[in-house]
Amino acid sequence: MSLIEGRSGAWETVIGLEVHAQVVSESKLFSGASTAFGGEANAQVSLVDAAMPGMLPVVNEYCVEQAVRTGLGLGAEINPVSVFDRKNYFYPDLPQGYQISQYSQPIVGRGAVEIALEDGTQRTVRILRLHLEQDAGKSLHDRDPRRTWVDLNRAGVALMEIVTEPDMRSPDEAAAFMAKLRTILRYLGTCDGNMQEGSLRADVNVSVRRPGGALGTRCEIKNLNSIRFIRQAAAYEAGRQVEIIEGGGSIEQETRLFDTDRGVTRPMRTKEEEHDYRYFPDPDLLPLELTRDYVDRIAADLPELPDAKKARFVRELGLSDEDAEVLVADRDNAEYFEAVAEGRDAKAAANWVIHDLFGALNRSGLAIGEAPVGAAHLGGLIDLIAAGTISGRIAKDVFQAMFETGRDARSIVEERGLEQVSDTGEIEAVVDGILAEREDMVAEYRSGKTKLLGFFVGQAMKATGGKANPKTVNEILRAKLDS
Amino acid sequence: MADNALTDLTIAEARERLDRGEVSARELAEAHIAAIEGARALNAFVTETPERAIADAEASDARRRRGESGALEGIPLGIKDLFCTEGVMSTAASGILDGFVPTYESTVSANLFAAGAVMLGKLNLDEFAMGSSNETSHFGPVENPWRRQGDNRALVPGGSSGGSGAAVAGRLCLGATGTDTGGSIRQPAAFCGVVGAKPTYGRCSRWGIVAFASSLDQAGPMARSVRDTALMLGAMAGFDPKDSTSVDIDVPDFEATLEDGVAGLKVGIPAEYSLDETPDDIRALWDEGIAWLRDAGAEPVEVSLPHTAFALPAYHLIAPAEASSNLARYDGVRYGQRVEGEDLIDTYARTRGAGFGAEVRRRILIGTYALSAGYYDAYYLKAQKVRTLVARDFERAFESCDFLLTPTCPSDAFAIGEKSDDPIAMYLNDVLTVPASLAGLPAMSVPAGLSGGGLPLGLQIVARAFDEETMFRAARAIEKAAAFDARPEPRG
Amino acid sequence: MAVDTDTVRRIAMLARLNVPEDELDGLAGELNKILDWMDLLNGADTDGVAPMTAVKPMPLRQRADAVTEGGIAEDLVANAPEAAGAFFAVPKVIE
Ligand SMILES: [Mg+2]
Ligand SMILES: [Zn+2]
Repeated sequence: MSLIEGRSGAWETVIGLEVHAQVVSESKLFSGASTAFGGEANAQVSLVDAAMPGMLPVVNEYCVEQAVRTGLGLGAEINPVSVFDRKNYFYPDLPQGYQISQYSQPIVGRGAVEIALEDGTQRTVRILRLHLEQDAGKSLHDRDPRRTWVDLNRAGVALMEIVTEPDMRSPDEAAAFMAKLRTILRYLGTCDGNMQEGSLRADVNVSVRRPGGALGTRCEIKNLNSIRFIRQAAAYEAGRQVEIIEGGGSIEQETRLFDTDRGVTRPMRTKEEEHDYRYFPDPDLLPLELTRDYVDRIAADLPELPDAKKARFVRELGLSDEDAEVLVADRDNAEYFEAVAEGRDAKAAANWVIHDLFGALNRSGLAIGEAPVGAAHLGGLIDLIAAGTISGRIAKDVFQAMFETGRDARSIVEERGLEQVSDTGEIEAVVDGILAEREDMVAEYRSGKTKLLGFFVGQAMKATGGKANPKTVNEILRAKLDS
Repeated sequence: MADNALTDLTIAEARERLDRGEVSARELAEAHIAAIEGARALNAFVTETPERAIADAEASDARRRRGESGALEGIPLGIKDLFCTEGVMSTAASGILDGFVPTYESTVSANLFAAGAVMLGKLNLDEFAMGSSNETSHFGPVENPWRRQGDNRALVPGGSSGGSGAAVAGRLCLGATGTDTGGSIRQPAAFCGVVGAKPTYGRCSRWGIVAFASSLDQAGPMARSVRDTALMLGAMAGFDPKDSTSVDIDVPDFEATLEDGVAGLKVGIPAEYSLDETPDDIRALWDEGIAWLRDAGAEPVEVSLPHTAFALPAYHLIAPAEASSNLARYDGVRYGQRVEGEDLIDTYARTRGAGFGAEVRRRILIGTYALSAGYYDAYYLKAQKVRTLVARDFERAFESCDFLLTPTCPSDAFAIGEKSDDPIAMYLNDVLTVPASLAGLPAMSVPAGLSGGGLPLGLQIVARAFDEETMFRAARAIEKAAAFDARPEPRG
Repeated sequence: MAVDTDTVRRIAMLARLNVPEDELDGLAGELNKILDWMDLLNGADTDGVAPMTAVKPMPLRQRADAVTEGGIAEDLVANAPEAAGAFFAVPKVIE
């Protein structure tokens, strides 16, 4: 827990999130129009999405299934009966004049997400509910000096609104939660987690209080579309509130926007009129009833989730907590690692994936899916080391070559003649040459400075272009020096 | 005039004449186009589509020659302007939709045209179907073709399907579509002396019909005989995957069982429908109706619908609440009229303030209030619970009877302007039709006699959910016994 | 439950409905009359009664996840009071 040190003492930040996650589906929640990102204006809009007179919604079964899958992934209760309600308000990107959402009876109830903090501590963030609702269209305010343009391509795309309890106690915790939630959604395949494209965004509710005291008044910062912004906005907002309270003022509950350029929050300029959404069950739809059987079938199909995977990596593969954490943070990474580790030394595999592969990907700005070294190739490289065909040292060069060319390890090793030299005669000749050249150091060694062994090994390796088997070099050196 | 003979036909008669080759769809269409032109004073149509009618009719005649006749092949119909029709202005009789031309066709009208029907035009109605007199239309009131004896004042045709009722009664079309939310087919049918049927909620698709109150709206036919409404409904109804409230069950051949009679059936007479205000002529007609059914072999039984008194106020909460939300889409952004304001919010408010008429504004305000914070439980939720009670009343009643017989309305047609100052007096028109709407049950009105003032009166049949067959059989029995053959003086 | 002119003004704003000031009073009166009439409902005992959801109890029908619509931008803006290309255009919104 990180506290804010104010002039009058310590303050605790309290954060709750309302996350909007766009459901991965081909078509919209209540219409057959495409959900694809970035189409021509209004090209992915049906008569229903445009709320033409007389149009009616019919729910998409896959979106329902995705919500249930997500609920199960969050360890949450799936409600056997849920209801689609209308949330009534006027906005040009809300063509019906209401959003079809779920209010008093959401599809998913309480659940929980475990987050791991930098310092290794675990925290539980409780999920209050998850409900299905329609996304709004897009208003473009900057194309015309006097007009706002409206594109309804996104209108009606299915969203899952995931609401947490105010369980986070610092901007870092909020960021960790969001990262973890994104990981889970990606594992489940229910949301692509692409925050730049707006597939995943969060409203962040921030308040401050004396540590452990009564909750303060919260402000809601709308629509943050990166984890960095969530951390920055929450930190700024908490600081702003402490300053106001310590200055003798009080916090007014309001909706604020985050100015990403200046790193500050400001109240929304549209006058926040009284919210009265007049929720009522949508008479165009019936209650959504899910059988136990249906839920069980989805549960049976759930993939292994990051927490379970991490535990297995530690327990069965002997990885360290940290390595396991890094590997499971992304489903593609974890799958890549598992493919490499299959039938091999898991720790060696983890080292290569985390340090060498991730490092190289980072430097080249590539995603794991674009890695020039596939899991099979990396496994082949590790096999060559294990078989003693190449040294670990040479392996680094081979990996570099693999990453640059996309070729497999064996062909590179063979082409460049990088096989390890284990022939004792050849190595003995090299060692003899080195010892003859550095008689002074040989004397020092013999007088007790045995640490110099490393120096001689290095010299020998250098002389063989790294190809000498280091174990053989060691043995020969010891035999000669200690005799 | 030979044309009169054509406009006087029932759909079933026209079908026979067409089948025998005695008349063409084109001749039928032309006779009706002439009748419509001659009766513009009734203001029954918002949009006449004579060219479309001729083209439809010629295509129909061609199909018939190829032996491809549908159930309504060549039958000229009027379509209530609440149905969106592709390429033809569809307004819901509201200023806010003036000029709106849909690029799509409602499922029900598409079904009718697929069965061979010919479209004569779009019929006037109360704005967004909110009204019981057709006086709230942006395009002006519709006149009932009937006149009270010794009184030359123009009368309302009832509403909201007032244009449909007037056009069918005035021989401007052989049949028309209507929609019924709380009585909007049955009450104008009664006022105009025609037959009007509202099927079970879920029987006809609501897709492409401008929504008033989604949980109540149902399309249905209006025509001059029970048989005609039965065969029209057969073409209109059917499962539609585009409407989540459409029910996936087979549509029976309603016409096939029409003449099965009511012998052995029990007819329930709900005690609560006998109101203190019910005029003597309506009371007498109801008694007569009971007698006719008894003579036809049915057994009258007393039933009780104890929550009847709560139905009308419940309806007037539920319908405006749903309407306030359904009408939010009319914001001047994507279609319809816009009145530019100082900013967006002002533009919305001006557009909607100017685009909606007084009754629609009133209902939007009531509905908004009923749903607003703090009132939802007391009003909307309470009304939906009352609705459950009303539906249970019917279920219980149908344990001891097969259908109900009641008057359709508590009065005959009134003069234009007579009730427009008092919303509640106007709402009371629907007191006998609203309960079946709340319960979603099939119900229809059959003209059965004349009032003391010489105006048509209707009797209402209510049946079990999805038992339209019994409803039509009972209606046919009344029709036969009543032998209602009065008709309005031709006007225009 | 009395509706005053302030309440009418507030709900008219919620409903985005321009109501001229001089009509507020009359509307408040009308709404009060209608709402008084609604109070009749309090006579119905609805304890333990569930609100109605469907005439015929049936599950919510769901459709398959397939792209079957779209590509009609021209149709969509055809009826628009104001469009900019394939966009709808409205008075400028400031957030
Ligand atoms: Mg929010
Ligand atoms: Zn939301």
